[in-house]
Amino acid sequence: MRILIIEMEAYLNFSNTNLWSEIWPEIGLALAAIILLGIDLFRKSTNPSVSTGTLAIAIQAGLLVIHLFDYLVWHHTFDRESFSGMLQQGIQGDVMRTFFLLSSLFVSVLGRQYLKTKNLRSGEFHHLTMLATAGLMLLVQSNNFLMLFVALETVAVCFYTLVAYNRDSAKSLEAGIKYLIFGALSSSLLLFGIVLLYGVGANPEAWGASFVGYDTQDPLGFHYLGNLLEANPDHLLLRAGVVLIISGIAFKIGAAPFHIWVPDVYHGSPMPITAFLAVSSKAAGFFVLLNLVNGPFLGMAEFLLPLLGFVATFTIFFGNLAACAQQNIKRMLGLSGVAHAGYLLVAVMASMQFAGDSDRAVWVLFFYLFVYLLASFAVFGVMTVARLNDETEQEFSNYENLAKNHPWLAFVLVSGIGSLAGIPPFAGFVAKLLLISVAYEAKLYFSLAAMVIGVVISIFYYFGWIREITFLPKPSFSDGDNDDEIQDPWVAVPQMGLFKFCMITLAITSIVFGIWQGPFGDAF
Amino acid sequence: MTFDQILLLGSIVIPALASLFLFAGLGRSEFIAKNLAYLGFGFPFIAGILLFIRFDGSAGGYCFEIFHPRMGLQELKITFHLGLNGVSSPLFAMAGVVGLAAGLTAIRSGTERLSLYLALLLFMQSGLMGLFASVDLFFYYLFHEFALIPTFIMIGLWGGRDRRSVALEITIYLTLGALLSLGGLVALNVMVDAEKFDFPSLSVALASADMLESTQFKIFGLLLLGFGVLVALFPFHTWAAKGYETAPTSVSMLHAGVLKKFGLYGLIQIAAPLLPDGALAWSPYLLWLALGNVLFVGFVTLAQTNLKSMVGYGSVMHMGYCFLGLGVCSSLGAGSAVMLMVAHGLSVALMFLLSNYIYKRSGTFEMNEMGGLATKAPILACFFVAASLATIGLPGFGNFWGEFGVFLSLGENPDHRVFLILAALGIIISAIFGLRAIAKIFFGKSSDELNEHAKEKSIIDLCPGEILPAGIILSALLLIGLWPRGISDRIDIEIGNRYEKVNFVALSQFTPACCLPGGEVENKENNQSSPNLLKKAAQFDANLDH
Repeated sequence: MRILIIEMEAYLNFSNTNLWSEIWPEIGLALAAIILLGIDLFRKSTNPSVSTGTLAIAIQAGLLVIHLFDYLVWHHTFDRESFSGMLQQGIQGDVMRTFFLLSSLFVSVLGRQYLKTKNLRSGEFHHLTMLATAGLMLLVQSNNFLMLFVALETVAVCFYTLVAYNRDSAKSLEAGIKYLIFGALSSSLLLFGIVLLYGVGANPEAWGASFVGYDTQDPLGFHYLGNLLEANPDHLLLRAGVVLIISGIAFKIGAAPFHIWVPDVYHGSPMPITAFLAVSSKAAGFFVLLNLVNGPFLGMAEFLLPLLGFVATFTIFFGNLAACAQQNIKRMLGLSGVAHAGYLLVAVMASMQFAGDSDRAVWVLFFYLFVYLLASFAVFGVMTVARLNDETEQEFSNYENLAKNHPWLAFVLVSGIGSLAGIPPFAGFVAKLLLISVAYEAKLYFSLAAMVIGVVISIFYYFGWIREITFLPKPSFSDGDNDDEIQDPWVAVPQMGLFKFCMITLAITSIVFGIWQGPFGDAF
Repeated sequence: MTFDQILLLGSIVIPALASLFLFAGLGRSEFIAKNLAYLGFGFPFIAGILLFIRFDGSAGGYCFEIFHPRMGLQELKITFHLGLNGVSSPLFAMAGVVGLAAGLTAIRSGTERLSLYLALLLFMQSGLMGLFASVDLFFYYLFHEFALIPTFIMIGLWGGRDRRSVALEITIYLTLGALLSLGGLVALNVMVDAEKFDFPSLSVALASADMLESTQFKIFGLLLLGFGVLVALFPFHTWAAKGYETAPTSVSMLHAGVLKKFGLYGLIQIAAPLLPDGALAWSPYLLWLALGNVLFVGFVTLAQTNLKSMVGYGSVMHMGYCFLGLGVCSSLGAGSAVMLMVAHGLSVALMFLLSNYIYKRSGTFEMNEMGGLATKAPILACFFVAASLATIGLPGFGNFWGEFGVFLSLGENPDHRVFLILAALGIIISAIFGLRAIAKIFFGKSSDELNEHAKEKSIIDLCPGEILPAGIILSALLLIGLWPRGISDRIDIEIGNRYEKVNFVALSQFTPACCLPGGEVENKENNQSSPNLLKKAAQFDANLDH
């Protein structure tokens, strides 16, 4: 009888914490994704691309607005665990959910444009994008390694398909295979790390782990592991597990030495998906890393800090130096994204140094991510509308004279590049300034120096690109009529209201945040 | 908002707005573009002069303050704070004067895509005015970047030879300098627990809590390195002459004349008074590096045959004197450096302007391919001779008072005598290249190349439109040279307050009586405080009369 009561309590606890209303954006997004697929299935296949794309954009924009209202205006309850401690809602998670919705919205905008020009089916594209976003949103709320892994795999499977979406292009398929292999490797590393932690933690005699209350008894839960790691910071198996988990995440964020896939996959994937990878996938990796090192892994901070410091420095230098040598712009952007991952790792380290005293470093990281989103979508958006035979082979020379021929495209592109490079008055400058200031406060002088040098190196390739866009082209030495005149890839840029509106909004937002941070300035 | 505040804010906002209008496409009609540019360059000029006159520096500190705490990042204690003090007001006026001259030149230049050119130049002008008007250190840096970025684009678009690679090189170099100084400023922000990130709050906070000397050494080192790259301090000077040679004339004028003062202004106004121990510890290194500017770059200047690169290297060389004044770490040295900055800004801009006039007539910058221009263009020759003499530092021009003050400050300390002797050699060097340029360009027989060129296009003298910008700058230089008290008094009060910790003799005590309208009363006071210096000055004055 007594056993029954205990089980009853456990069941009640389980059912009471199933707060389905807490994850309504994810449910809404996934349902909408399925409906989109259904519409695409039962519809006559005339003019296939436009309407699904518009519908997807409308749904995501609506969800984004309601979600913003939900936590900014209606002040939805924060900070509670749900689903038996599987998920944890909080303000940081909500900010990241907004981030992913926004990012997904822009991917759909870019995707609509891209699919139209490439004449590819659009239903699956938007379906997968929205599903991946739902997975990402669950990922940032996960409070348990099981949930974390399931969410991560949901995202990864969607990405494997999306990277290879352009089935006619060998490069896209190759990138898909590469991403599949590397993604599988990273998942297995992560899983192995989780298993090691579980193996030690689930031992009933695990020393130091507390057994207070129901929620903390799950040896995969973050609370339980946090206590375990704090009590055993020198345990070899635990250390190995932690390092393996961080390696798995380092794959996702593209930190050296796990960055090898970045240039190749960025190169081959369809343009909107490159942006999706660069923004959402990376941001998710960072949020998970942040959550882990400030949550369960905090007990190992002394062991992790030098490790992360080495990774950050190496990432910054490798990313920047390798990007200097690239001719292909997508590869260059991929490697510069690696360098940005290095800068963001410095923010992660700073948040570890503050260790709960203040979450300034976390907000700085969020601000940086938002700025990175604005800049990346501006850059990739303009790259999406380039009409080349092979759109993956974009080189600097394709951008010659863009400012003269298409001023608004050039304006958007320059604002994006300027923001990535951290030049005032663009928002990227403020983000870098905040990053430098938190790094200084956290006394990470060495990483700070690496960052400053890295930013100076990055001027070489960013400015090199701006130079092609704005400056007059090099005088050509061919005499008279050159038969193989390079065709201006921007000639046939169609009139596209929504796309243009989004791009210009991105550019203007970048500039406004660079000059006046307003409420964001107060958030810190 | 008072009239003065409107002038101060307007001198930043009006060029920026004019620039935005031009960017937005209003400049399609050349008439509108030119008139907007007249407005955008004219207003800062008038505002600079008016504010210079209306400035009341008797109490020290900032005048015409505008303060908006809600603008800027709260987290870093950044506020929007404008104002002028004794050091910035002469520089602010100088920026207005040089800006107008550069603007008039640009409007007349008739280059292609004129409206874009003017838009970028106006943007730069707005940044320059804002730089000297901001009290908050972040906005000070931000305005500098606003002024710097158009430079890169303009070099790339309208530059001369090698513009693409030079633009890239100068961008990387200056970004390095800007980031290092940003690092120093952030360090200052983080280390000092001040209420706001502006100058007065920082000095209040630092006065109450003494910073460790080692920390000061590090932060000052960062600032010195960063600002040093931006000002072309000796080992980091290679970008400067190349950049100026390539840049279009107006950009060279604004960059070499005004923008390059950013770093020195930061060191004198911010770094040295806030971190006196750091400044003293760095002083010996700084003095040697500055000497490198004077001598090493001086010899490089001697070897130039190209007029524009000679002017460029010459400007880098004379920045060495400003650094020497700063390196002495006395109020006299720092005050003289400010004085020299104002005069140097004017004279360098004038030299670049005149080089452009010469180029228009001779079709080349090679001095060996000129000669005998004085007979064909006597007014141009007059201007050029005057500008060269000003650059050399002849009495009667503003540069003289600056350099003279720097030498005096070097002489004050027996340890600095060796620098005094070596730096004095620089005067000879600049006299050699200045006079040689005059001789080669304006006197002697005209070269065959010039005759060839004259056949195609006859050489005429300066037209009124060309005389106007040059005349504005030259008269400003002469005004400072003949009446230094107008500037030195306010510099003196401000620097005197700032350098209390490193108390030295004030600047204006050596200003000779003949230059002061009704200055006897003040002179008596000075007489009591430092008879020795006044005697020196009087002696020098006597030499002048002969």
